[in-house]
Amino acid sequence: MKGIKYSTITEIAGPLIVVEGVGEVGYGEIVKIESYGSQKMGQVLEAGEGKAVIQVFEGTRGLDTKETSVIFTGKPMEIGVSTEMLGRIFDGKGVPIDGAPSPIPEDIRNVNGFPMNPSAREYPRDPIQTGISTIDGMNTLVRGQKLPIFSGAGLPHNELAAQIARQAKVTGQEEEFAVIFCAMGITAEEADFFMKDFEETGAIERSVLFLNLANSPVIERLIAPKVALTTAEYLAFDKGMHVLVILTDMTNYAEALREISAAREEVPGRRGYPGYMYTDLAQIYERAGRIQGKNGTITQIPILTMPDDDITHPIPDLTGYITEGQIVLSRELHNKGIYPPVAVLPSLSRLMAEGIGEGRTREDHHQLSNQLYSAYAEGCDLRDLVAVVGEEALTERDRKYLDFADEFEQKFVRQGRDEDRTFEETLNLGWELLSMHPRSELKKIDDKYIEKYYRG
Amino acid sequence: MKGKIVNVAGPVVKAKEMKGAKMYDLVKVGEEGLVGEIIELKGDRATIQVYEDTTGLKPGEDVINTGMPLAVELAPGLLTSIYDGIQRPLPKIMDKTGEYIQRGVEVDAIDRKKKWEFIPVVREKEHVRGGDVIGVVKETPIIEHRIMVPPDVGEGVIESIEEGKFTVEDVVAVVKTDSEKRELKMLQKWPVRIQRPFKEKQPPEIPLITGQRVFDTFFPMAKGGTGAIPGGFGTGKTVSQHQLARWSDADIVVYIGCGERGNEMTEVLRDFPELKDPKTGHPLMERTILIANTSNMPVAAREASIYTGITLAEYYRDMGYDVALMADSTSRWAEALREISGRLEEMPGEEGYPAYLASRLAEFYERAGRVKVLGSKDKNGSISVVGAVSPPGGDFSEPVTQNTLRIVKVFWALDSDLADRRHFPAINWLRSYSLYLDRVKDWWEKNAGKEWLSLRNEAMALLQKEDELQEIIRLVGPDALPPLDRVILEGARIIREDFLQQNAYHEIDTYCPHQKQYEMLRIMLKFYHLMKEAVERGTDFEKLRGLKNKEEIARMSKIPNEEWEDKFKQIEKEMEDEIRRLMK
Repeated sequence: MKGIKYSTITEIAGPLIVVEGVGEVGYGEIVKIESYGSQKMGQVLEAGEGKAVIQVFEGTRGLDTKETSVIFTGKPMEIGVSTEMLGRIFDGKGVPIDGAPSPIPEDIRNVNGFPMNPSAREYPRDPIQTGISTIDGMNTLVRGQKLPIFSGAGLPHNELAAQIARQAKVTGQEEEFAVIFCAMGITAEEADFFMKDFEETGAIERSVLFLNLANSPVIERLIAPKVALTTAEYLAFDKGMHVLVILTDMTNYAEALREISAAREEVPGRRGYPGYMYTDLAQIYERAGRIQGKNGTITQIPILTMPDDDITHPIPDLTGYITEGQIVLSRELHNKGIYPPVAVLPSLSRLMAEGIGEGRTREDHHQLSNQLYSAYAEGCDLRDLVAVVGEEALTERDRKYLDFADEFEQKFVRQGRDEDRTFEETLNLGWELLSMHPRSELKKIDDKYIEKYYRG
Repeated sequence: MKGKIVNVAGPVVKAKEMKGAKMYDLVKVGEEGLVGEIIELKGDRATIQVYEDTTGLKPGEDVINTGMPLAVELAPGLLTSIYDGIQRPLPKIMDKTGEYIQRGVEVDAIDRKKKWEFIPVVREKEHVRGGDVIGVVKETPIIEHRIMVPPDVGEGVIESIEEGKFTVEDVVAVVKTDSEKRELKMLQKWPVRIQRPFKEKQPPEIPLITGQRVFDTFFPMAKGGTGAIPGGFGTGKTVSQHQLARWSDADIVVYIGCGERGNEMTEVLRDFPELKDPKTGHPLMERTILIANTSNMPVAAREASIYTGITLAEYYRDMGYDVALMADSTSRWAEALREISGRLEEMPGEEGYPAYLASRLAEFYERAGRVKVLGSKDKNGSISVVGAVSPPGGDFSEPVTQNTLRIVKVFWALDSDLADRRHFPAINWLRSYSLYLDRVKDWWEKNAGKEWLSLRNEAMALLQKEDELQEIIRLVGPDALPPLDRVILEGARIIREDFLQQNAYHEIDTYCPHQKQYEMLRIMLKFYHLMKEAVERGTDFEKLRGLKNKEEIARMSKIPNEEWEDKFKQIEKEMEDEIRRLMK
């Protein structure tokens, strides 16, 4: 029952506690746990007759079955949201950790949110210029999209994400935008990198940071993205801002999900992850989007590190089924010293087709990117062939494609960490590279564009 | 009857004092009256799956049993609607609760106020029985909604019937049978988990023409058939499903977005009212019903959504229509099943899926088919079902794909390698199959050309041979092959690039009429034979490589559908002349 203090904990196991003899407890409601003067927070995972199973966000260390008491709040997890949150740093539960007092809430929101009605959605079409050629030219990001970065341990995904956050803009429009950064289980060093980057560029003024670091409680990771997205929804759909949400690292989130599931002795799905992981991840990713008649948008860039670079691992796999494409980073390119090491072939932006073209980016964008893609793919195929038969066996034409693949990586893919290319620059660069080939090879491009842009 | 909640865990709620409740009864849970369904009974305790978010639900709150199973409403007004998994219209939910879907919303599936012009087709004193059409309503400009005597009514006589404007709840006719006097309204209900009855199944012999070359010509689907499209993410499942929903020559399309992306449903909602059906010239929306239970909407309603969809499909089948149903994706439905099963602590089968996964899948697909419908007249209707499957990691050995393949007759295997090479639709021609080839052969021969099956088989053989040759090329390089083999490679390349590939976003190429498909394939194979003949007669292969007409052949798919016949004849002639010149 709400407000009453119960000291009837009968079981503590992993991140879970079981309280008995309780009155009516609501499923999913938030509880306060007091133990020897310290306070923790938890959430009801199962509400039974006189019994409740609670997951404790901060972990169960220091709790006992004698002195520890539990107070039910009768409310789901809620946070106060406000525009004052911009420029501030919070923990995964939304409590400020930058020393300043809590901002005065303008509204109180349930962090679980509600599913957006598909009839109310607006199809995302405005391209975002990230200044990165492999994204802008080949896998264009649009406002309201969810486009994850599939990375691996040791790859520069953080640098890439920071660069995107720094450079992202919709050309020709001056609109209010904000960056929400949600860290889940990353190291203090990585978090520091982002904070420094935001501070140096002044981006911190329009950013909200939610930090759950590697040494923060594991279960808090499950709540952090929800808190972040609730804030994003407020800024986007109530305040009309264009919000870019960076979630890193979703792999840690999924690990936390698995930990809770194992503690509850649930039937495991693939590789021990719970069977409902797809639904759970969808409830995060699907909070990106646009709403008809509203100005603001939520664009998500979740980052995840693929265990052992395996794209078929359940975390990237389920993510790929929900998100609208993926940007895949390649260890091979990274080892060649190419930054950003975006593997163009397996990357994809599903919303690109409608976000580019005349009036959005440029008339030739669509066909140019198809031609670049197929020429690069052919070059990569030939690399495999060369490994077997040697370069001598190739025809003159094939050798050109081989060279093209190298040039493409060195000039188009590679760029500086502060290099901010416009759409125009990216597309011109593409044409410059294609001009290595004779006109007759450009089968995917209409003559009128070849006429206008080809320089061979 | 009223029970009390004793336990809440996610979408599964347990209640006591539920004696007398039946399996699959619909219940209203808690103060907000959340919709749920009984899925297990033990003593006086019932386990309920709840179709809405259960946060805040408390033990002790009431559970009210409606005593009725989960049912859909059937009446004019279904077409052009977009529903959630339990047939609540999403636009009406939006009117009530705004952009976000809140809980406990009660809205009618069918508009109660709208009046429809009912035109009787039977007269008083006429004999009717269950399934007979008593009148029609113009539901949309292209679809006539046939009001039927409910299937449970026996032989009877029409006592009265009225023409005029009625709401769906008004009585339009009275039927007198031996046992009762039954008032008939346009609105009927049917429980979703029970198949609607029919007289008998018919063999599926007419192809479902989709305008997609790789489907229609290579791996045809039959009206009343079942098919599956499995593929990893990014291989184009959803684009394929959308193409099928757009261009299938079915009368009615039911599209179920089951646990997929919200923006994809938005895309359908935006496009379908704009796109025109090639047959009628009317917007596709006028023949379409959408069911959207996106991945972030409650999981139990996802489980129900495919039953809701197929029941609506059966209703239109019973009117004598050909219905095509797309379910994207059945894997998400199976996962919903797994999630509920896990919460019930059932013994898991393979990969945590319940042991009854196979039988549930079979039950669902078995509701497809071409049937002789109820009623005194001999009339056929059909439901074709195409289910997308999303195998984890693109691995087809997983349980949902495997159990699906045991049931369906058409297998369209999506291939991530092809998708990476931007070969779309990324259907792997060596792995896919259709068991309807022989059944639909007669239709094709009659409607397209005599050689249909032999052309198709020859093209397949060519592709098979190419695959074998590719092995050799990987070892020795292409130049080491004898000229005849290189002709085979060239022929196969043309089939692959210019026939199998099809651009869903190209204005003309997006839909290819069946005669055009036939002619394209015929000309391509003729081209191959001519090249072969030329090489056999000693023409240098390098010369054949530069043939001008190759580009013409590559452009065949983009020739507008009004002028292709003449253009094709011209291409065929020029091609023949060009090669014959070389041979001399």
